[in-house]
Amino acid sequence: MRYALKKTATMIITLFFVSVLVFFSFSLIPGNPAISKLGTEATPERIEALSHEMGLDKPVAQRFTEWIFGVIRGDFGKSYSYSQSVTSLLSDKIKTTLLLSFMAIIICTIISIPLGIFMARKSDSKLDIALSTINQIIMAVPSFFSGIILTLIFGVAFKLFTPGAYVSYKTNFFGCLGYLFFPALAIALPKISMVSKLLKDTVLKESEKEYVRTAYSRGNRTKAVFYGHVLGNALIPVITFMGMTFADIIAGSIIVEQVFSVPGLGRILLSSISGRDYPVIEAIILLLAFFVVLSNLIVDLLYHKFDPRIHV
Amino acid sequence: MKRIIALVLVSVTLAIALCGCGGDKTEGGSSKITIGIPQDLEDSLDPHEAVAAGTKEILFNIFEGLLKADSNGNLIPAVAKSYSVSEDALTYTFTLREDVKFHNGNTVTADDVVYSILRNADDGSGNALISAFLNIDSVNVEGSDIVITLKAPDPDFIQYMTLAIIPKDQSDTATNPIGTGPYKYVSRSPQENIVLKRFDEYWGEKAYIEDVTLKICANADTIVMDLKGGSVDFFARITTAQALQLEGSNFEILEGTMNLVQAMYLNNAVEPFDDERVRQALSYAVDPDEIIELSFDGKGTKIGSSMFPAFKKYYIPETADVYNVNIEKAKELLAEAGYADGFSFDITVPSNYQPHIDTAQVIVEQLKKIGVTANIKLIEWDSWLSDVYSGRDFEATVIGVDASTMTARAMLERFVSDSSKNFINFSDPEYDELINKALNTYDDEEQTKLYKEAEWILTNKAANVYIQDLAQLVAINKNYTGYEFYPIYVLDIAKIKPAN
Repeated sequence: MRYALKKTATMIITLFFVSVLVFFSFSLIPGNPAISKLGTEATPERIEALSHEMGLDKPVAQRFTEWIFGVIRGDFGKSYSYSQSVTSLLSDKIKTTLLLSFMAIIICTIISIPLGIFMARKSDSKLDIALSTINQIIMAVPSFFSGIILTLIFGVAFKLFTPGAYVSYKTNFFGCLGYLFFPALAIALPKISMVSKLLKDTVLKESEKEYVRTAYSRGNRTKAVFYGHVLGNALIPVITFMGMTFADIIAGSIIVEQVFSVPGLGRILLSSISGRDYPVIEAIILLLAFFVVLSNLIVDLLYHKFDPRIHV
Repeated sequence: MKRIIALVLVSVTLAIALCGCGGDKTEGGSSKITIGIPQDLEDSLDPHEAVAAGTKEILFNIFEGLLKADSNGNLIPAVAKSYSVSEDALTYTFTLREDVKFHNGNTVTADDVVYSILRNADDGSGNALISAFLNIDSVNVEGSDIVITLKAPDPDFIQYMTLAIIPKDQSDTATNPIGTGPYKYVSRSPQENIVLKRFDEYWGEKAYIEDVTLKICANADTIVMDLKGGSVDFFARITTAQALQLEGSNFEILEGTMNLVQAMYLNNAVEPFDDERVRQALSYAVDPDEIIELSFDGKGTKIGSSMFPAFKKYYIPETADVYNVNIEKAKELLAEAGYADGFSFDITVPSNYQPHIDTAQVIVEQLKKIGVTANIKLIEWDSWLSDVYSGRDFEATVIGVDASTMTARAMLERFVSDSSKNFINFSDPEYDELINKALNTYDDEEQTKLYKEAEWILTNKAANVYIQDLAQLVAINKNYTGYEFYPIYVLDIAKIKPAN
């Protein structure tokens, strides 16, 4: 319990530092939201009036304090570009991105774990060497590229889905899941390689341990030893790894969203950076940081639970 | 092993089954259309606050002014039934139509019109959203007439009466736009889409298509795929390369003009461009025909001043022939100016406008012939706005400048030396005087003459290296027809209809 409390406190401190960094880094980079919004119609008077409306004429420190107290209350301010509250703007986008990320994780889990076990059991066979080679290649291919390949093969050639025809989860939930399958697969592919390779290695390492030999020598059947003892221990580092990948998967989905025209956090993040929509950028980055810190926290706690030998 | 195969099979079947659900959409001449637009409307849905051309072209369908533009560039009555101008050109009287309704069902009243006009006029501190409205002395209601009195005659004033009329008691126009146009706003999902619906109580000829989805296609690389795949039926601005990819598909490519002045805009205040001869030398060295041929598949109209052909009244075709390629002449002029060995400079180009980048690349090659080295510097659009346009911190930039209203003023006033929009720092007393005179001349013919003289100054002084009015290529699914080009930046959805 004390452990969990300590971890949560670290998490809050981390988030605070992220918010400071995000806020101040955007006051350093060139570009002005008022000029950006007014475009070629900008006149000094209109820029001044709009800057005032956006509160940009206040000192940075004051703006930061107002913003951070707003965030604590759950108020992320109003988007400059869309004249609506950041919370309402992002709530749909977060759901889309999380849906995509969870799909990627599920795909990753249901493929990589059986695959890893299979590769470990058949280790050094020709099939294993072939699979390991393919694994290495897939690991090296970035998601956005495999995304383009998947679109070309399944979208353009086989017409299994219509590229760009994303439907919102609100209008057609299963249609949305169907559309998200290939982006999720693109995100999951390199992770599948990594997880299955890691699982194979840990299983092999675990199998060489003394207790396994002892178990065999006492006449235990292979399968019982394997699933009962070896796999249980081998999965611990894999779960840790997958937990940490979660943050990575969310970040990866932001890029893959571009390839498949999925209107999630990625699209809105990019457009708000180029439009200098500070309230939106700040909220998204803080949110991403939150996901990263949260998944690390969960991994730490799980680790603690799965392996009582570890005391922190 | 069996389990793995089973798992893979299950996931693949699942994927295929789910995709089946996603792919259903109605085909053929149904009453809906998906229009692709290259960017979201990020400035404002409030027609008085909106500034981006891409936003205004969409809002054209939702809002109307007392008058509106037709596809020939003429003003036709809209919310007003008719209007008259007094002999001294100071008083404008508009008679309202009785049956014009807002999208919320309310009838448009004279008060709404007055509110809409005053919202853009003097805010009490000498500033106005529309600077031409600083000239308004009073706006009064007389029966069903609206009477606007000006302080001084302004021949362009009537052009500003396309100003959108909005309900006077509405405070959330930026998120819930209510107008009188043929389409009403339904909803939006930022970076995804904007949904419009036909307004069935529209006073005039109603739109053909009932449901319109404006889909944001921010990724230029996937547009052809979206069109071919059937998720987008119409895209108003495709590149020549994309047009070639669409050949033989279910799309018709229509060609119009973009109605903007693409040029290599030069900062007239920095060395060496503060020397007229250097600017002329560059104009002699750059060959717009070659640019159009190499980068735009021969589509585009060469121009020679800050006016594009669609403004027939003001456009002077001869300006395009002043600087026909002449390398010898260019070298001579450079030598005279003291740059016999050439010089080097940066062309700053916004990275999101591929046509301008392509143009700059050809210019770099062309300038090598006169010993001038140009380097392309790509910056993002927002930095372009703040550094180049507002900050005027640049040497040269390739960009297209368009007109916000159908007046010569919209194109030419910006080059007056003290204009806040004069980003090239052009400064010529004769030009300032001509524009000033033109703005105060009420006689149409006389005024046109003055504007034309001003255009000649821009050409002769080589204010910029003028290139072309880009071709606008529109891709429209053959299930639809009726699209019309306008001389201003407008996407008139109400004219599009099912092909059969």
